[in-house]
Amino acid sequence: MPKLTINGREVEVDAGLTVLQACEQIGIEIPRFCFHERLSIAGNCRMCLVEMERAPKPVASCAMPVADGMVIRTDSDKVRQMRKGVMEFLLINHPLDCPICDQGGECDLQDQAMAYGMDRGRYHENKRAVKDKYLGPLVKTEMTRCIHCTRCIRFITEVAGVPELGATARGENTEVGTYVEKALTSELSGNIIDLCPVGALTNRPFAFSARSWELRKTESIDAMDAVGSNIRIDSRGTEVMRIMPRLNEDVNEEWLGDRSRFACDGLKRQRLDRPYVRRDGKLRPASWAEAFAAIKEKVGPAEGSAMAVIAGDQADCESMTALKDLFSKVGVTSFDCRQDGAALDPSCRAGYLFNTTIAGIEEADACLLIGTNPRLEAPVLNARIRKRYQMGRFPIAAVGPAADLTYRYDHLGDDPTVLRQIADGSHDFAKVLKDAARPMLILGQGALTRPDGAAILALARQIAEATGMVGDGWNGFNVLHTAAARVGGLDLGFVPGEGGRDTAAILDGAGKGEVSLVYLLDADGIDMDRLGGAFVVYQGHHGDAGAHRADVILPGAAYTEKDATYVNTEGRAQRAQRAVFPPGEAREDWAVVRALSEALGHKLPYDTLAQLRARMGEVAPHLVEAVDEVTAAPWGDFGTAGDIDPAPLASPITNYYMTDPISRASPTMAECTATFLGGEQARTGTDG
Amino acid sequence: MLRDKDRIFTNIYGLHDPFLDGARARGDWDGTKELILKGRDEIVGAIKGSGLRGRGGAGFGTGMKWSFMPKESPRPSYLVINADEGEPGTCKDRDILRHEPHKLVEGALLASVGIGAHAAYCYVRGEFFREAEALQRAVDEAYAAGLIGDDACGTGYKFDFYVHRGAGAYICGEESALIESLEGKKGQPRLKPPFPANVGLYGCPTTVNNVESISVCPTILRRGADWFAALGRPNNTGTKLFNISGHVNNPCTVEEEMSVPLKELIEKHAGGVIGGWDNLLGVIPGGSSTPVLPRAACTSVLMDFDSLKEAGSGLGTAAVIVMDRSTDIVRAIARLAAFYKHESCGQCTPCREGTGWLMRMMERMAVGNATVAEIDLLDEVTRQIEGHTICALGDAAAWPIQGLIRHFRPEIEKRIEEYNKGGAEQAA
Repeated sequence: MPKLTINGREVEVDAGLTVLQACEQIGIEIPRFCFHERLSIAGNCRMCLVEMERAPKPVASCAMPVADGMVIRTDSDKVRQMRKGVMEFLLINHPLDCPICDQGGECDLQDQAMAYGMDRGRYHENKRAVKDKYLGPLVKTEMTRCIHCTRCIRFITEVAGVPELGATARGENTEVGTYVEKALTSELSGNIIDLCPVGALTNRPFAFSARSWELRKTESIDAMDAVGSNIRIDSRGTEVMRIMPRLNEDVNEEWLGDRSRFACDGLKRQRLDRPYVRRDGKLRPASWAEAFAAIKEKVGPAEGSAMAVIAGDQADCESMTALKDLFSKVGVTSFDCRQDGAALDPSCRAGYLFNTTIAGIEEADACLLIGTNPRLEAPVLNARIRKRYQMGRFPIAAVGPAADLTYRYDHLGDDPTVLRQIADGSHDFAKVLKDAARPMLILGQGALTRPDGAAILALARQIAEATGMVGDGWNGFNVLHTAAARVGGLDLGFVPGEGGRDTAAILDGAGKGEVSLVYLLDADGIDMDRLGGAFVVYQGHHGDAGAHRADVILPGAAYTEKDATYVNTEGRAQRAQRAVFPPGEAREDWAVVRALSEALGHKLPYDTLAQLRARMGEVAPHLVEAVDEVTAAPWGDFGTAGDIDPAPLASPITNYYMTDPISRASPTMAECTATFLGGEQARTGTDG
Repeated sequence: MLRDKDRIFTNIYGLHDPFLDGARARGDWDGTKELILKGRDEIVGAIKGSGLRGRGGAGFGTGMKWSFMPKESPRPSYLVINADEGEPGTCKDRDILRHEPHKLVEGALLASVGIGAHAAYCYVRGEFFREAEALQRAVDEAYAAGLIGDDACGTGYKFDFYVHRGAGAYICGEESALIESLEGKKGQPRLKPPFPANVGLYGCPTTVNNVESISVCPTILRRGADWFAALGRPNNTGTKLFNISGHVNNPCTVEEEMSVPLKELIEKHAGGVIGGWDNLLGVIPGGSSTPVLPRAACTSVLMDFDSLKEAGSGLGTAAVIVMDRSTDIVRAIARLAAFYKHESCGQCTPCREGTGWLMRMMERMAVGNATVAEIDLLDEVTRQIEGHTICALGDAAAWPIQGLIRHFRPEIEKRIEEYNKGGAEQAA
């Protein structure tokens, strides 16, 4: 380990670190704009210059690797003078529009100007003005403010993998942009807003709506996909103003997908803010008591086997626990948390988890994607795959949709029968997997929601076993979920019990009249037409498909409005925190179920969230005891061998921007859909 | 004064055939095989012994630079020749390219042996269209004659020479920006370390040398390091191509011994300053980036690295720009400031923002629309740029203005005073 002297202090740091990182380790902060731990080193802002003994010129500490015997000074007059000088240069062409700049209050330039800037300007020439660029409906630009740190360019090129940004022209006239005007096509584009150290790139939907210091910040968990990204919800009063990523090295590093970040304006629209009961074919506002009475009327005489409960994609663990407890009491065994009908096998936990873990992707050395487009299903996780890919020596092959995943892979076609050849070792890629020390496969929901899903699951298990993916300390078998509720539901056993029906059978039964009552918890993803004449209770937060079909609507809370547990695709239980209260008469979902239980005469034995969580811990201990952790699941038998249909595999997501009731209600996501999926043209064309 | 028999570039004026037959008649490609067979260590040793310092401006020891190349490396090594001659006032490489191209090709072969490279890339400035043609013709001739190629000069050494044309950006003359440009990227200097000898072209060990540095190598190897080292002063050895332009009677490119007195150079070869030595205002001795020298300094200074450094300037590319008393020195330097503003790549902050600031202030200084206090501000801004940038363009932009303030401050002050008086009179 090299030893160096920083400001007279001798320190020993790991080789390969930069001087800037070495300084940070001993608590010396070096100002910087262009340097970012997760991006390549540019060394262009020159703010981090330090003095190094025996060097003729000051060195950029962000780019200088540590070496034995280095003598560094960061506190000399000369260094202070240099920082002052660079700061002055950065400010001469930077507009003084902080009072109207959305970055104000959380701006690196502002903060560092306070620390290192001069008290007055000496530049009396005209300032530069730069034409604004259009980067799509999510990122607002004010390019006059740009300080050319190139973080956005490096992020889009390196992490997002869509090299659409660059610097054009030269010198003072350098401009960051797309050259030919276009919207950034990355699902991670919102992250350049966080990376931009100034107000050049800001959050377009959030523009001019609040100042950062007015916002209440709540640390929570995202429920828009199954990654469980750690987020910070910024709210003001009863409104969620914006959502930002929070650092979690194991999950999302510091990135966040665009839907998770920008769909929050959907939380204000189409909300169910009071109970409704259908009378004479029309949904009419009702009181909670009336709604419960209407349910009791139907539940009371019904047989347990004639009732069914389906939990949707954003249901939280607490409400699923309570709901299962309640309906079990009235003899119901038809529970299902797989509204898409995925052939996930609840009997073996390893069979439905992303066992490798997201951070574990970085240790893998070969990867097979089956029926998945991770770029659309989990963009943050896809960035991890790309990160591993960029380290080199990571062969990837895909059976499924041929899409641009931002990295190169062998496309083995979209016919799932090729999996048989991989399983029996006759396919070329089987050898690649076998030769790899830590191979992995990712099985997408597109492969499991088919009629032959159970057979594909079994075949995937066979591949994992045949190519040595499962062994000591390594499990390369991964299921990539798209719903935040799915793993939690499976962990809690929210699946058909003895004699119970699964989603498909519930729908069949409802169509035939065998099922007379269906209770939907946040479930909007089923074909409502197939519910036939069943009495439908919908508990949820948005007036989406489920609410339209419902006979009784119980208004619940969205994921930003409740203290709740979500389990991500890795099996990591994480706690979401309430940032704002649910609107109107809507209540947290578990409380709704608890109140309903009393009305039905089957009072649940918990009055507080803590008591409910204790009960949840009885059902699935890791949801309570191992929060934020991944507990390895033992390997077992799952899937059902069978015939495989050669029909092409497809991803369940075609429009990344609209997958759930919240994003479907979001105007920003609607704009994205129009921009990226061509809806715009149809609307303005002469054909419509 | 350099004797004719010590001249390396005997066809610098293009009076004779620049191509293979003519070049052979002048001694090029003579005994190249034996030189190659001397081997790597001996070649590097000879160049080190000759004291040859890089002719591109920085004056780094050429032999020393070659010795940084890894002896054993799993990656290929490359020689890159910098023919992106863009420094205002400089026109020496151009004459080598069009009139002595075989010296360059032969030099490239020997230098490649010296650094263990099997390929050389010559990055020719985009504007040098005919020069690139001439060089390409020489390369083709050398291939046809078996001098280079799979079996260079019959030694079994594989050597390929590629001519690459740039697009005319000054910054691509900076070695790492040149490498970026050669790789097909935007010409922006790279951070150092890593140095090109470790991570250069396509991530492989690379030596970047100026055209003149490479072109003199065959003669040094043929005539011996001692011969070259005996010319000039210690640490400033050999011969050098000087470009004399501006207010002289006979602007020219001439090969002279290093350490020739500036006055002698101008009077002997360029026919003297227009209107006589006393009419001299100042000289920019080494291309636009070196600070201007006033007449007093010009009288005694020697044209070499050390003497010019002592005088507060530099040898640079040895492009002597002579200015007589008719020159508006403030405007002249303002023009250079505009040049550097235009050519800044825009990558790093001090240069991107600072060169524009300098240009705008210099434009005002040129007419006197400024205050005296702003001269100090100007000087301070140049010092905020100098040494704080990724490449040397920041320094190059700062030095001419520092030279101006150092030697011609009274001139600027006078102009400011006149301008302000004029303004006051107009107001009255």
